[in-house]
Amino acid sequence: MTQSAPKSPIVETSRFPTGPLPPRAGAGLKTEHVDAILADEHRIGFLEVHAENYMGGGGPAHRALAAIRREFPLSVHGVGLSIGSESGIDPAHLERLAGVVERYEPAMVSEHLAWSSHDAGYFNDLLPVPYNAQTLDRVVAHISQIQDRLKRPILLENPSTYVAFEQSTMSETDFIRDIARKSGCGLLLDVNNVFVSATNHGWKPMHYLRDFPLELVEEIHLAGHAEDVDDEGDLLLIDAHDRPVADTVWKLFEIVISQAGALPTLIEWDNDVPEWPVLRREALLADAILDRLGPASLLGSRHAAE
Amino acid sequence: MPRSETEIGAGQHDFGAALLNPELPLPEGIVGPHGKNALKRFAVYRNNVTVSLIDALSGIFPAIQRLVGERFFRDLARLYIAKEPPRSPVIFEYGGGFAAFLERFEPLARYPYLPDVARLERAWLDAFHATDADPLHPGSLGAIPPEHLAGTTFIAHPAARIVKSGFAAVSIFSASREDRTLEGIRPDEPEDGLITRPSDAVQIRRLPAGAAEFFTALIAGASLGEAAGKTIARHPGFDLPSAISAMLEAGVFSGCSFGATSSEETA
Ligand SMILES: [Fe+2]
Repeated sequence: MTQSAPKSPIVETSRFPTGPLPPRAGAGLKTEHVDAILADEHRIGFLEVHAENYMGGGGPAHRALAAIRREFPLSVHGVGLSIGSESGIDPAHLERLAGVVERYEPAMVSEHLAWSSHDAGYFNDLLPVPYNAQTLDRVVAHISQIQDRLKRPILLENPSTYVAFEQSTMSETDFIRDIARKSGCGLLLDVNNVFVSATNHGWKPMHYLRDFPLELVEEIHLAGHAEDVDDEGDLLLIDAHDRPVADTVWKLFEIVISQAGALPTLIEWDNDVPEWPVLRREALLADAILDRLGPASLLGSRHAAE
Repeated sequence: MPRSETEIGAGQHDFGAALLNPELPLPEGIVGPHGKNALKRFAVYRNNVTVSLIDALSGIFPAIQRLVGERFFRDLARLYIAKEPPRSPVIFEYGGGFAAFLERFEPLARYPYLPDVARLERAWLDAFHATDADPLHPGSLGAIPPEHLAGTTFIAHPAARIVKSGFAAVSIFSASREDRTLEGIRPDEPEDGLITRPSDAVQIRRLPAGAAEFFTALIAGASLGEAAGKTIARHPGFDLPSAISAMLEAGVFSGCSFGATSSEETA
């Protein structure tokens, strides 16, 4: 073998490909799917990870995510910042999130309208907040703190809830619109959460969507839910993320896309996780709707122009 | 910055307390829609919190779960969660006090090896998530001039952990994780465990007598000569050469330096 050609110096500006999330279907990344995703001929539009799973220093989890990030757009979805917390944002946790964001340069960062930490500890669930002026100020201050630290806007996701508060004085849609307006954050519309909360609180999902500021939505979530009953024996839906997306939720998704245009759309499946082809099939169903209804949408031009 | 409780209705303190203690009444102001009740509704949150944390613990301590059985483990986990809920949203770091909890848990007193098996499982997951570093190259000690060997000190690899046990904790850990029975294992035989991650996979080894003290001293910054001297004084039969080759093979260290030149090996 002859002497190899001199290597040209590689100038690295970014360690990963840059660019926004495409207006296509993506999937929540599960470790057991990494090899199948990398080998799949169908290139999924993007992948989303829970930030907290990558807050360790190193190891196989980071190696797998780096391999994914080199080939796919990535969305980092936090589940532990506790934006609705009465005791403030934990600065140490915000630093951990900033570390993940710096490490992977994701196209999108999002969090929940919920709280999960208090003086007793971390509850590992997304807990509800009352919708009133006090909570509004607190949530806006927390989002501003997060965006200042990350030096980028985040998306806030609408919750699925099971109880209401006597202290609430605003509708969820008004509350979320005001947060976005005051903090400058974008919105993540979880269509399954809309359906779950609407059923649980006796709202009409169509009214919710009519009142929701769709022009601020930059990402969609779709997931499966389970059925239970409330104290009176009426249907109570649980945001279980353990099965395919329900037909009713697909219908709402079609309505959202025909109004808002094609948007990055995540299939969330976190419990009883199936083999990759099952998740991919859900993603292909979402892609078909995005292709069919996105171009003719009412707001579609804003995405076509990007 | 905890703010003063000026809001009407229950704050998150009461909400959180009621989540972890099902005996407590519904927090004030929590309702269902249109005058409906909210007990079963609130129970969804109670269930989510408990079940998700039990699932997290069963992922962190699979060997313990297999040893005590799934049903018993879930009851055990429920008690532990109420006593020591996680402090941080980084759930893979949860369970640091689980071994101590098992130690004090009377119904398991007949299985005194369980706490050390739990310590090994916790150390295994710490090693899995530890910062990446290349282990010290096996040839690097040979490159040190012989007169400097005794003064050589080492930098611990971020994944290296040592768990000393008065029981056969390593054998029991391995049997349980590999789904084997405990047949042939004498639980009272003391075993020290070494956990490392020289490449991508976490490894666990049983250490010969004295090696745990030797490595612990080196990790704490003692020189090779000091650590060897102390260990041999306590364990006259200590096999220094095989301990050194084991530590290089397992990847206990990521660097070393000797004398004033302090040539650091990290490659
Ligand atoms: Fe979601």
